[in-house]
Amino acid sequence: MIRLSIPVRQALARLTLPVLIAVAFGLMLLGKADALLAERARMALADALSPIYSVLAEPVAHGRAAVAELETIISIYRDNAQLRAENERLLHWRDVALALDAENTRLKANLHWIPGPRASYVTARVVADAGGVYARAVLLSLGPNHGIVKGKVALDDRGLVGRVTEVGARSARVLLITDLNSRIPVILEHSRAHAMLVGTNGARPRLMYWPQGVRPEEGEPVVTSAEANLFPAGLPVGTVRYGAGHIAEVAPAARLDRLEMVRVFDYGTGGVTAPEAARQNLRIDGPR
Amino acid sequence: MSDRRPGIRPRASLVRRLDISARLAVPVASTALLLLLLSAPLGLPGQAELQVAVALCCVFFWSLFRPGSMPPPTVFLLGLLGDLLGYAPPGVGVLSLLIVQGVALRWRRQLVRQGFGVVWLAFLGIAFGAAALAWIVTSLLEFRLLPPAAAMFQAVLTAGLYPPLAVLLTHAHQTVAEPDHA
Repeated sequence: MIRLSIPVRQALARLTLPVLIAVAFGLMLLGKADALLAERARMALADALSPIYSVLAEPVAHGRAAVAELETIISIYRDNAQLRAENERLLHWRDVALALDAENTRLKANLHWIPGPRASYVTARVVADAGGVYARAVLLSLGPNHGIVKGKVALDDRGLVGRVTEVGARSARVLLITDLNSRIPVILEHSRAHAMLVGTNGARPRLMYWPQGVRPEEGEPVVTSAEANLFPAGLPVGTVRYGAGHIAEVAPAARLDRLEMVRVFDYGTGGVTAPEAARQNLRIDGPR
Repeated sequence: MSDRRPGIRPRASLVRRLDISARLAVPVASTALLLLLLSAPLGLPGQAELQVAVALCCVFFWSLFRPGSMPPPTVFLLGLLGDLLGYAPPGVGVLSLLIVQGVALRWRRQLVRQGFGVVWLAFLGIAFGAAALAWIVTSLLEFRLLPPAAAMFQAVLTAGLYPPLAVLLTHAHQTVAEPDHA
């Protein structure tokens, strides 16, 4: 080490801090001028530290799991009380439902009610979101001899998905209720008013043409109507939501943005068939 | 340190010298270790701010009570480490740590004699000053006004972290970091 006199050493010691501060400013300018350099230095450091972090990861995960477990244990008591209350409420509703069911059968028996045809269905996997002519449509993969024809109703586990619009040998296309071309007759559950569900290509189709004097309520369930004999009555479609601009929209019950499996029902409803079906019939009948 | 005291002593053995230098290195090493630990994916809330706060607290404490173990070049390196581990533009952490050290060294004579409350009050001012400085410099570097709420949070966190950390550091100061105990 170089021997320096005490005053020189003191002067140097006093100079260190200002010089380092100046260097810090230089560092800032360097980082601003060459952002890539800082990024590279950061990555090099992270690379060097990553083995340490991976060693640390296990105890950290253990600690976090322990904390999570503790939280669960603490909330068990509250959850239990909540579940008991909920169970009680549900049992009450079960009794109500059973009573109503019994009453319903009795009334039907008294009225000589003709039951509707039992619906048969096939379940198919959604293979593509490909629109084709339509913006909101999905393609179903079907085996040969699937027996699906146009106009059949597609539902997922929660509600109405749409209608089959095109049928091929091994696939079918379902037009979703959110498509611009989709028009579905619906009933508002509370007011029993008829309305039209009009797709907009957005996530929520609009409600239109409800009768005067009726106002769709926020959160009101919307079900299909048997009008025009397209759908059976009472399939769940969604709930009323008022969107931007106070427009009555319907939040679909079906998870249309992540469809995986779809059931295609045959309710025995004919309804209006699309013009393409007529053309096919012509072609088949033509040569005869 | 103890070598500079007057008096005649036999030359220290190698082990003892090693022990002394290890104790002298405790402040910087522990600060660097804390910085590295806090950059690990622990999933703590506000971990990035915590890292900056820990660096400020440690540099302030050791500059005040053991400046010999926290020389400016190591503060520079600690700041650089913090900057590279964090997400702030490089140099901002270095600058604020160096300025904190400068202020601590300047106030040292007055503060060392005072009780904990006065020191903490002084650190309160330093924490807010450092957060404001970092906010101004980062805003200048980014050419836009950053939301001041983050800087405020940083300042409050730093000031609040000092008392618990100071208890630990004082304990370390009297035990593992004390060269006379070697």
